[in-house]
Amino acid sequence: MPENKRFYNSKTFRFLLVFSIFCTFGLNNAFADHQTEGVAEEMHATEAHAEGETAKPTKFEPGKMILEHVKDGYGWHLWGTTTIPLPMIIYSKSKGLQVFSSGHFGHNPHYEVYNGYTLNHESKLVSEDPAENFYDFSITKNVLALLIGSSLLLIIFLSVARSYTKRQGQAPKGLQSLVEPLIIFIRDEVAGPSIGPKAYKFVPFLLTIFFFIFINNLLGLVPIFPGGANLTGNIAITMVLALMVFVVTSFSGNKTYWKHIFMPDVPKGLWILLIPIEIIGVVLKPFVLMLRLFANITAGHIIILGFFSLIFIFGEMNQYLGGGVGIFSVAFTTFMSVLELLVAFLQAYVFTLLASLYIGAAVEEHHHAEDKH
Amino acid sequence: MDLVTPGTGLTVWMLITFSILLYLLVKFAWKPILKSLKEREDSIGQALKSAEEAKSQMAQLKSDNESMFKQARVERDVILKEAKDMKDAIVAEARKAAEEEGKRMIIKAQDEISKQKVAAIGELKSQVAAFSVSIAEKLISKKLEDSSEQQQIISSLVKDFGTGKAAVNN
Repeated sequence: MPENKRFYNSKTFRFLLVFSIFCTFGLNNAFADHQTEGVAEEMHATEAHAEGETAKPTKFEPGKMILEHVKDGYGWHLWGTTTIPLPMIIYSKSKGLQVFSSGHFGHNPHYEVYNGYTLNHESKLVSEDPAENFYDFSITKNVLALLIGSSLLLIIFLSVARSYTKRQGQAPKGLQSLVEPLIIFIRDEVAGPSIGPKAYKFVPFLLTIFFFIFINNLLGLVPIFPGGANLTGNIAITMVLALMVFVVTSFSGNKTYWKHIFMPDVPKGLWILLIPIEIIGVVLKPFVLMLRLFANITAGHIIILGFFSLIFIFGEMNQYLGGGVGIFSVAFTTFMSVLELLVAFLQAYVFTLLASLYIGAAVEEHHHAEDKH
Repeated sequence: MDLVTPGTGLTVWMLITFSILLYLLVKFAWKPILKSLKEREDSIGQALKSAEEAKSQMAQLKSDNESMFKQARVERDVILKEAKDMKDAIVAEARKAAEEEGKRMIIKAQDEISKQKVAAIGELKSQVAAFSVSIAEKLISKKLEDSSEQQQIISSLVKDFGTGKAAVNN
C-alpha cells in the first residue's frame, strides 16, 4: 500500500525507530549504572560499618566521590572538609515551613540530626519520623548554580542589549561582538532552515535555551566555586528544558500537525495502531532531548573525575605510582576538558537544533503535492 | 538524591527560574538585540543598494559626460572651421580689395604719367620750335665768313641746346 510505504519512509517513523532504540539503551544503561552504583555504595557502607573504627577511616572510594560531585547536594563542597553550607527549605504539613542551614547536618559520613531531619548515607534528606510527608525546596548546589548561571546570563545579555540600543546601527564591540555571531548562527543556521518562514517567533525562545545550556555547560567545566556544578547534567534541569520545548511545540502545532497525529492518512483500521505510536512519538521527542543532554554532560563530568580518581587509587597502592599515574591523568583530563568545551557547545547546539526541528515539524504547512510521494 | 530521578525541589526551582529568565531575556534582551540586528542588516542592505545605484548613476553620468564632451568637441571643430573660413574669406576679400585699389592707383598713375608726358612733349615741342627760331635768327644775323667758324657756331649752339643754356641765355 502506497500510504503505508509513505509512513514507513516518513520522518516520524524513522525518529521513532532510532529514538526508541536509543532510549532503550539509554534508559537501560542509566538504570543499570544506577543500580550497580547503589549496590556498590551499599557494599561500601556495609564495609565501613563492618570495619568500624579499626579500619582506615579515609579509604578512597572513587564511585562515591564521583557520584557526589556529579549529583546535587545540600552543600557546595570546596576542598577537604570545607563545604559552603546552603539553606534548607522544607515544608511539611505537621511542622510548616522550616528554613535552616545545611551546616547543621555536619559532614559526610557522620550526619547529625537537626530539626528532626538528617541525611542518609546517600546524602539524601530523610525525616526521623518515617510517616512525615515533607517537600524539600532547599537551595541545593544545583539551585545555587542555576541562580548563578541565570544571573550571569541576565548580566551578559542585558548589557549586550543595552550596547545594541546605545550603539544603534554601529559595528558590534566587546562582549557584543562575542555573542553576535552565536545569535546570528542560531537565528540563521538553526532556527531559520529548520522552522521556515515562522522562525522569527521562536528565535528568542531558542536563543534562551541555547545560551542557558551553553553558559551552564561551560560553568560546569570550571572546577572552582561558582562553577563545577553538574547543572545541565542534572535530569531535573534537562527535564524542565525538554518540557518547555514540548509545551512550545504543542502550543504552536497547527492543524496539519495534530491531524497527522490523531487522524493520519492511513486506512481507519490502522488508526488504532498508529495513533498511539504517534502520541508516543510526540512524547518521546522531548524525552530524548532530556536524556541526551543529561547523559552527555554527566558522562563528561564522570570521565574527568574518573581520571582524577585514578591518581588516588594508584596513590593508595604506592605513592610514586600515584604520582606517575597523575601525570597521565592530568594530561588526559586536560584533553578531556578541551573536548568537553567542544561538547558544551555541541550539546547546546544539538538541543537547540532538535528543538527547532520539532517546532518546525509542528508549524510546517503541508503541501498536498508533497504528501503524494 | 538520585542521578536519574528528577528532584522535586530542583524541578520547581528550575521551572520558576527558567520561566523568569525566559521572560526577562525575551523582553529585555532578545527583542532589542534581534530588532537592532535586523535594523542594522536592513540599513546595510539599503546602503549597499544605494551604493549600487550611485555606481550606476555615476556610470550614466560618466557616459553622459563623455557624449557631451564628444559633442562639445564636434561643436568646437565646427566653430573653428567656421572661424577659419571666415578668416580666409576676410583675407581674400581684403586681398581682392587691395588688388583692386592697387590696380586703380596704377591706372591713375599711368593716366597722370601719360598726361604729364603729353604736357612735356608739348612743352618740348614749343621749346624746340623757339630754339629753332632763335638758331635761325642767330644764323641769319651772323655773318658766316668761313666754314670753320660756321662749324664752331653750330656745335656751340648744339652744345647750348644740349645743356639748355642757350634757351636761358637768350
